[in-house]
Amino acid sequence: MKNKVIFFLISSFFIFIFFIFYKGLNQSNLYQPKSKVKNVPQFSIITFYEQKEIHSKNIFNQNKYYLLNIWASWCMPCRDEHPMLLNLSNNFEIEIIGMNYKDNFKNAKKFLDELGNPYTKILVDKDGTRSIELGAIGVPESFLIYKNDIVRKFIGPLNIEMIKEIEKIIQ
Amino acid sequence: MIYSEIGYYSLVIGLTISLPIFFFSIKNFRDNKILDYKIINFSFIQLLLVLTSFLGLVLSFIYSDFSNETVFNNSHTTKPLFYKISGTWGNHEGSLLLWLLVLNLFIFFFLITSKNLWKNYRILTVLFHQLIIIGFFIFLLDSSNPFNYIFPVPKEGLGLNPILQDPALAIHPPVLYLGYVGSSIIFSSVLAATSLNYVSKIWALHIKKWVLISWVFLTLGILLGSIWAYYELGWGGFWFWDPVENISLMPWLALTTLFHCILVLEKRSTLTSWVIILSITTFTLSMCGTFLVRSGILNSVHTFANDPERGLFILTFLFILIFISLFVFFVFHKTDKKSLISFSLVSKETSILINNWFMMYFLSVVLIGTIYPIFLDVISSEKISVGPPFYHKLMIPFLVPFLIFMAIGPQLRWIKSRLRGKIYLITLFIISISASFFVVKNLSYNFLINTVLIGSALYLFFVTIRDFFSKEFKNISQNLSHFGFSLLILSILFNNLFSNEIITNLKVGERFNNEKFQIVFKNLEKSEEKNYVTFKGYFTILESGKEDNLVPELRVYNQPNIVTSEADIKTSLLNDKFITMNTVQNEEYFNIRYQVKPLMIWIWISVLLISFGGILSLFNRNRV
Repeated sequence: MKNKVIFFLISSFFIFIFFIFYKGLNQSNLYQPKSKVKNVPQFSIITFYEQKEIHSKNIFNQNKYYLLNIWASWCMPCRDEHPMLLNLSNNFEIEIIGMNYKDNFKNAKKFLDELGNPYTKILVDKDGTRSIELGAIGVPESFLIYKNDIVRKFIGPLNIEMIKEIEKIIQ
Repeated sequence: MIYSEIGYYSLVIGLTISLPIFFFSIKNFRDNKILDYKIINFSFIQLLLVLTSFLGLVLSFIYSDFSNETVFNNSHTTKPLFYKISGTWGNHEGSLLLWLLVLNLFIFFFLITSKNLWKNYRILTVLFHQLIIIGFFIFLLDSSNPFNYIFPVPKEGLGLNPILQDPALAIHPPVLYLGYVGSSIIFSSVLAATSLNYVSKIWALHIKKWVLISWVFLTLGILLGSIWAYYELGWGGFWFWDPVENISLMPWLALTTLFHCILVLEKRSTLTSWVIILSITTFTLSMCGTFLVRSGILNSVHTFANDPERGLFILTFLFILIFISLFVFFVFHKTDKKSLISFSLVSKETSILINNWFMMYFLSVVLIGTIYPIFLDVISSEKISVGPPFYHKLMIPFLVPFLIFMAIGPQLRWIKSRLRGKIYLITLFIISISASFFVVKNLSYNFLINTVLIGSALYLFFVTIRDFFSKEFKNISQNLSHFGFSLLILSILFNNLFSNEIITNLKVGERFNNEKFQIVFKNLEKSEEKNYVTFKGYFTILESGKEDNLVPELRVYNQPNIVTSEADIKTSLLNDKFITMNTVQNEEYFNIRYQVKPLMIWIWISVLLISFGGILSLFNRNRV
């Protein structure tokens, strides 16, 4: 009798563990912190080539989609996603804005000369604070922006599925 | 192409061989007095088929047959031959095939080495083991087939992750697997023995060999993994309490405890419940490890295939095995006639029992630290990660009594012992504590705990050294392992207390000065190797008149495109000098990390000693 009770208890314990593990399996273990930044904050920033100050109001001012891409010449995955950005830049429905993250001018320019420039504007985020204000956690990261709202955020290098998703949204 | 075909079909035929094995086993279980030779023959055929399949995969890797998906995903033509071969088990599918191979190998050896044992016990062990084998066959064929085709055939493979291209890591999985899978024999054997009420002295003597074999392999496997982490990951540590490391540590703790229980069973015919539960636990923990690692439920430095379907299969399979064993245990197991009351307070078995409880405690700490984050995530979707401080805080204080009992236990006799003539135990204790007092004296923090801790480790150290001489090598294997353990704890403690680290940014020609030493960055050289480009930094360390040259490397692999940092380590008996360099965004500068780690080599040596004790005991019959 006592044995049966113990058997029952232990079995239910293991069944409990089974369900915990089972639920755990179906949960993504990719840790993506939820960003509280819903729309583009107001900031002024220096542009890359012209070295002029520009206000964020004047960047995302048209009635179209923008893709803000945070990149750096020292970032290997950025190199991987670069051809996809170049492809996307042929699409006139969207404007790609680059944000050069903690980089130096010489290397960044070499990077663009070598691989091509998909950006209509490039902003310089020398110390990384602008990216943090946007809610970025690393490089590369891309934000799809419409009317100053962050519609969608892509952490990590863009891949074909993400590009397709972007093209679907902007149509 | 042809090798994949052969591999796949021999795997399918291999599975069907389980049918005749089942058939003849059940037939033989009822009637004949002696074991039917057909069972052994069919087990051998199954082994050969799995071996063929495994060799098929190895050959596909050697010839870089990219029509095979596994090869495509994990190999590349420019890879050296050695890593092409080790790539076979460096991935999910291949490693499961290896696992299956070892399962078959072990049951075959079990059959041919257990001739003197009761026939029914042998048959039942084969049957239980076949359940595991079939589970793995189905898993392989169903959701992780190593012989999947890709069409059109790619010209080039994706390459093996460069951080896995290391000699220690090439042999780490097979060795660890021998340990894990060895526990499967113990598992099926203990289920068979429990069902037949055969858990006895004779059985203990026989299963002890298998426990020792898997224990030795598990110890060496953990050691290799740890050496790899130290040399390759470039973090300067050897144990990070990473979930995947913990997963190999847990079966080791259970197995070590099991081994000591089996000694008691052999001498005193008691602790049968301990033996049964621990055997089941060890195997369950090994399987649970496979589940946690392969399903991707855990986040760790070890990135493996992440596939919930696979996870679900292992999970279901694991719990079926758990329920079978629970059923067997509760239905067939009869509790010991001798209760614990017959244990005298001062005896070998009592001290073994006490330390077993400590081991169980350590095991629980590691278990909770490893899987509690999963529970919390599922129940409250809160993400936490459990780091070294948790393990250190909970485990270190308990090491003190553990070490003391470990020193005293072997000095006592079985059944009942007297303390007369054991004054040396007290003398040595006083010596160790005072010795440790003088060592730790100059430290400003954690004075008390360090004195006691080093004192008790020294105590075990002295007592075991004394034993080498006083017992005239009578109990050499036990002595060696315990001595190794004391050395391990001492090396780890000194390593932690007296490590020194410097992190700085330097460019070529610059130097870093410190009151103790000077680091000079002399030169940087670029050269091209077969599958990577390397940047070598030439450093000179000047310390108290001595000059050491160290050459850390940065490697840029071509397939896949990954940068790894190779540490350069100068090892001496007293300390390791460890230097790594990394790129900083600013091109000219490199991030330099220089560490002095005392007694590093002794950590490896002591683990080798521990396992060597196990090996000796394997060859040293009836004298453990």
